[in-house]
Amino acid sequence: MAGRKVTFTENLRELGLFIFIIALGFAIQMRNPAFLRVSNIVSLLTNTSILGILAVGMMLVLLTRGIDLSIGSTIAFSGMVTALTVARYPGMPALLAVAQGAAIGVVIGMVIGVLVARFDVLPIIATLGMMNIVRGLTYVVSGGRWVSAYQMPDSFKALATGRTLGINNLIVVAIVVYLVATYFMNHTRTGRRIYAVGSNPDAAEVSGIPKRRLVFLVYTIMGGLAGLSGVLWVARFASAQGDTAVGYELQVIAACILGGVSILGGVGKISGLLLGTILFGILANALPLIDVSPFWQMGIQGVTVLVAVMTNAMVIRNTERSALRRRATM
Amino acid sequence: MADARTPEIRIQAVRNWSWKTFFFQWEWLLVVVLLLVVAVNTYLSPFFLALSTFIHTPATFLDKAFIVFPMMMVIILGKIDISVGSTVALSAVMMAVAYNAGLPMPAAIVLCLLVGVLAGAFNGVLIARFKELSFVIVTISTMMIYRGIAYIILGDQASGRFPGWFSLFGWGTVMGVPFMLVAFVVCAVIFGLLLHKTSFGRAIYGMGHNAIACRYSGVNTDRILMTVFTLNGLMAAVTAIFLTSRMGSTRPNVALGYELEVIAMVVLGGVSTNGGIGRIGGPILAVFIVGFLGYGMGLANLQAPIVLVVIGLLLIVSVLALRVRFTIRRKKPVV
Repeated sequence: MAGRKVTFTENLRELGLFIFIIALGFAIQMRNPAFLRVSNIVSLLTNTSILGILAVGMMLVLLTRGIDLSIGSTIAFSGMVTALTVARYPGMPALLAVAQGAAIGVVIGMVIGVLVARFDVLPIIATLGMMNIVRGLTYVVSGGRWVSAYQMPDSFKALATGRTLGINNLIVVAIVVYLVATYFMNHTRTGRRIYAVGSNPDAAEVSGIPKRRLVFLVYTIMGGLAGLSGVLWVARFASAQGDTAVGYELQVIAACILGGVSILGGVGKISGLLLGTILFGILANALPLIDVSPFWQMGIQGVTVLVAVMTNAMVIRNTERSALRRRATM
Repeated sequence: MADARTPEIRIQAVRNWSWKTFFFQWEWLLVVVLLLVVAVNTYLSPFFLALSTFIHTPATFLDKAFIVFPMMMVIILGKIDISVGSTVALSAVMMAVAYNAGLPMPAAIVLCLLVGVLAGAFNGVLIARFKELSFVIVTISTMMIYRGIAYIILGDQASGRFPGWFSLFGWGTVMGVPFMLVAFVVCAVIFGLLLHKTSFGRAIYGMGHNAIACRYSGVNTDRILMTVFTLNGLMAAVTAIFLTSRMGSTRPNVALGYELEVIAMVVLGGVSTNGGIGRIGGPILAVFIVGFLGYGMGLANLQAPIVLVVIGLLLIVSVLALRVRFTIRRKKPVV
């Protein structure tokens, strides 16, 4: 009984989000008819796909009651190292570059994983520290210089501009990540255990779930996805800079929160995450279309996050209160 | 952490004095590290070891040190506020814009402090009223909102042209000692007394150990939470004044990453991120360690990125070191 009620409220939430996205799309369409053109939707999805890939990793981290503030730096570092490598060895296969970037991310993620899982450092402290370290290393390896489009071979840039089955590669990668994540989170033992660790770490540990190993795994996955995104980012914008993706972690966290992932752990679904990411993508990409200055963007995103978490808290309070009242009258 | 083997609980306000406990203090380690930093700096530059260096260089790094005191209280409460960098930016931008719109400078300074107080109070109210939201998400979103407002107000421009006397905050001296250093010492005394000699301070420690127990023993925990976060906003505004005074103008992207440096100093100062533990002396020493370290790296011609790496490493290493220390402590019967 109780289980069914929870699913109902969760679905209600996603339905609400879905309706909100449609209403928002409609409103933007009224202001600027270019919004719902196929070309704009494709570019919106292309721009959102990196955010979406990262949001999957961030959701896993948030599920275990953690947070990762270092991903903006990981993106910059893996992107920079990969860009320097392909600039030096133009003949390198593009897929090898992707693998290299992901491997760099995995290593950074493992360091964070060890700090959080083995040494019980608060995730916010560990990742805040790593954020600075990795950002500093990015400037150090690049010597403060940029890697520009002309230094990158076409095969590398084709990673982000090329198409597979008529769809932009970035969107394809994002779809694959979402499919794998859906299967992983809903149908594998490890995936379910991640939820268990987040909802009640003590209970999970007592029932024999290797809590620390899972927390380590989650940060490693997050690092790997951030490394992958770093390569895609550099290929897409055809430029690697020291200050790439500064503050991007906030947008990723915001997308997760909009998608119904709870920062207190244990709550969040891939389907909701997808909607949250799309909503965030619309917010980021449609604001210029309706003549909102880019300087408003950060403030609007912050307010959206705050309103989202507060509404969520209110809804939960109301549900609990009415459940309590029902129990009292019975 | 109730231990089944301890049959009785003895509560002792002051630990018995002994040579061992006296020297087994985090602060001594910090003193050693500080001396080490000074020694390296002296090695790097023969002109470093002079009284005037120790009086005048602190003004180059003390601006963010004002946030260290309230941030220490926040961390003792077991929370973290990562919106302070944005609060600095917002209050600095408000001050500059208000002055250039015709407000007299003293009023603009008051406005700056007011903005800081409001920003901090907003954090505090949200965290106290919405217990189910974590402080992490509240301060992350206000971090975006405050800097976002600064961008909305000023775009990518700088604002300044302050009256000449305003630069005295950052550059002036009182009897040969920089005004900033004097202000820092005054704040250190005030916050030290507040933390260690008042019931407000005791309540902060109590809440850090067990907020629920504290509430049931009659402490107005919500009010303390809000006060501490408001103080954090206020001191962020003080930082904004000194920073703007030293730079002469301000931009919305000012004080980026200050939250990290401040948190690093507090944690290096021996304040546990689990809450409830830490004394005022540690973070004060840590301010000078980090400051002189940065100064020394400047002497050694190291680029700014390496300073970033070092501060990040410092944060993580000191958290790990504190962890080891507390684990050693816990094996012995505590008090």
